[in-house]
Amino acid sequence: MNDSQIAHPGARLPQPGPLPNRLQLTDDGQLRHMLTIEGLNRDLLNEILDTAESFANMNEKAVKKVPLLRGKTIVNLFFEASTRTRTTFELAAKRLSADVLNVNISTSSAVKGESLLDTLRNIEAMNVDMFVVRHEESGAAHFIARHVAPGISVLNAGDGRHAHPTQALLDMFTIRRHKGDFTKLKVAIVGDILHSRVARSQIHALNILQTGEVRVVAPCSLLPADVDQLGVHVYNDLDAGLKDVDVIIMLRLQRERMEHAHLPSEHEYYQLFGLTSRRLQLAHPTCLVMHPGPANRGVEIESAVADGPHSVILEQVTYGISVRMAVMSMVMGAHQA
Amino acid sequence: MSVLIENARILDPVDGFDTIGSLCVQGSEILARGQIPEGFEPRRRIDARGLWLMPGLIDLAARLREPGQEHKATIASETLAAARGGITSVVVPPDTEPPIDSPAEVELINRRARQACGVRVYVLGALTHQLEGQQLAEMAALVQAGARGVSNASRPLASLLVLRRALEYANTFGLTTVLAAQDPSLTGSGCMHEGAVSTRLGLAGIPEAAETAALGAILALVEQTGARVHVARLSTRRGAEMIAKARAEGLPVSADVAAHQLFLTEVDVAEYDPNGHVIPPLRGQRDRDGLRAAVARGDISAICSDHQPHEPDSKLGPFASTEPGISALETLLPLTLRLVEDGLMGLHEALARVTTGPADILGFAQGRLTPGARADFVLWDPEAMHEVRHADWLSAGHNSPFFDWTFAGQVRETWVAGRPVWTLPTEDTA
Repeated sequence: MNDSQIAHPGARLPQPGPLPNRLQLTDDGQLRHMLTIEGLNRDLLNEILDTAESFANMNEKAVKKVPLLRGKTIVNLFFEASTRTRTTFELAAKRLSADVLNVNISTSSAVKGESLLDTLRNIEAMNVDMFVVRHEESGAAHFIARHVAPGISVLNAGDGRHAHPTQALLDMFTIRRHKGDFTKLKVAIVGDILHSRVARSQIHALNILQTGEVRVVAPCSLLPADVDQLGVHVYNDLDAGLKDVDVIIMLRLQRERMEHAHLPSEHEYYQLFGLTSRRLQLAHPTCLVMHPGPANRGVEIESAVADGPHSVILEQVTYGISVRMAVMSMVMGAHQA
Repeated sequence: MSVLIENARILDPVDGFDTIGSLCVQGSEILARGQIPEGFEPRRRIDARGLWLMPGLIDLAARLREPGQEHKATIASETLAAARGGITSVVVPPDTEPPIDSPAEVELINRRARQACGVRVYVLGALTHQLEGQQLAEMAALVQAGARGVSNASRPLASLLVLRRALEYANTFGLTTVLAAQDPSLTGSGCMHEGAVSTRLGLAGIPEAAETAALGAILALVEQTGARVHVARLSTRRGAEMIAKARAEGLPVSADVAAHQLFLTEVDVAEYDPNGHVIPPLRGQRDRDGLRAAVARGDISAICSDHQPHEPDSKLGPFASTEPGISALETLLPLTLRLVEDGLMGLHEALARVTTGPADILGFAQGRLTPGARADFVLWDPEAMHEVRHADWLSAGHNSPFFDWTFAGQVRETWVAGRPVWTLPTEDTA
């Protein structure tokens, strides 16, 4: 038998599927959508942070409005409840002079069985310019970006466990304002990494900005498989994980983690992974304490720490507006170019 | 009618037969292979110079979507797609709507199949009533109606006790039980392999242990009951090793794998490609290589399509909410032969995994070209380059990750019971 008869040099395996950037960047490398931090380069992240810096200065003045997006319509399409994120996106849009429409889908069409694509097409037909999307499913923002009409930008305001890029950017902005250079920093992200889109986006951003060391600290039941492949050092002991760090990012612990057997109790979690004043002393003396909010006091963080001198939690909220203004203005610029 | 097919390269995996010569067909059976018996006067002669003649494929798992999901596909549409793919016998799992748990559904499917292109359609009967996993289905009645085995498809059973009783009852009639090795609680809401890619994409993962834990329980009950079990759709290297060990110990178990598991991995799920959404999931490269090795060794003795055609809407949505499954009838043979091209195994060994291998698992007489066998065969043009395209796709489901792949070779004709059921349109034979 001669097997070589069916060998065929012309048969080739195809290339793997499109990278995230083929969707979110234009051909000349500008932001068309903001779906994920993964795959963006350092220059682009710095450009976003620099742009945010100019808006931050403006936001501190008496007149807080610029006409950059006048006449544009931005739709906040939220399939999942959110107060803080939706409000800061709304404020950001208004300070750029855009018209804003808030659509809360969890109480309307999704219940009636209307498909995500139908919802999208209907709102799209109203000649809007940008969707800010939050959805409980990972990949929802990618899906919408893939199917949206050309000319419409999609900003991911959180998709499942996958990504929350503007949150990560505002965290980077906060860190940069206080610490400057990332390359010498040690950053610890503490808590429910498994379910956290915030943590995933932060890890990508910190690594792109060449942070000295990125640590994740959690019990094994709250760590995703092969998490080290994201470029982090894994700690299961909080004291060890906090040693000499310059930034601590605490994550919110959802109550349902107890119901699904990820943890025995809030009490035991706080004993082992709660950030207390005592533990904070293990970190560098000028360490920042961050939290994407809303914090569960006495579950993942002691009140004295959340409100203490190291905490920049409220600054994060303030900077969220500037960073979202930066991203909104940049994606609209890419479309106009 | 008598037909003489001349000058073909006849390949029969049943005994490694590989000769350029003639095949004599008398009525629905093969009269002779290689030489022409004295006095044979064919009504029709076909010159198959340059073509390969091999047994028609037997596919152990193809959802034809009828009854109940005709908006996805029909027996008529999918059997034609099967014929185009060189498949002459398909086995339908019992998870139709309603499930195949009484003779009525078996008869309905048989009737629709008779009205279709001629590809043989077999069914597996339900293992439990309505596939609910609690009460046993009336297996004896199902077998009498023509079911070739029993299965709960990929639906869970209430307990290992139900599985034990079901195996014992099936064993009463010498029936093969076809089981999916998927622990429902470990699978949970998972939609892809648990590993670095699921972590990156933020998708709920299905751990390897969802397969190995279930397989461990199945093997323990096979040992306990002595019942014959076929494990459907392995997805892990470790699972394949467990099957190999069990077979070496003499347990009456066999296993198959879906062809896509031998070519794709978790990486093909990125970036949220719904055509990479299958259950069991596409796993790591180590798993893919382990499955390939197990197929080459024969520990996995059948490759199936695990055909699951979907209408476009089923695949339009965020990844986890799309329906799992690949439309795969038309790529089973090209992918299987690609294994030979990749140097994994010999041509006869590869053909055996889609002919004699599956035939032995469910006790089919076809899948070979020996005199007296059913005249189910494929004429294959090894020289034609074939690109998988939407334009000439026959399945009603276009949910395949293999579009734009180019394969060496193409089905020219497919015959069932001594007559052609599919012929490549002439403009495509250039």
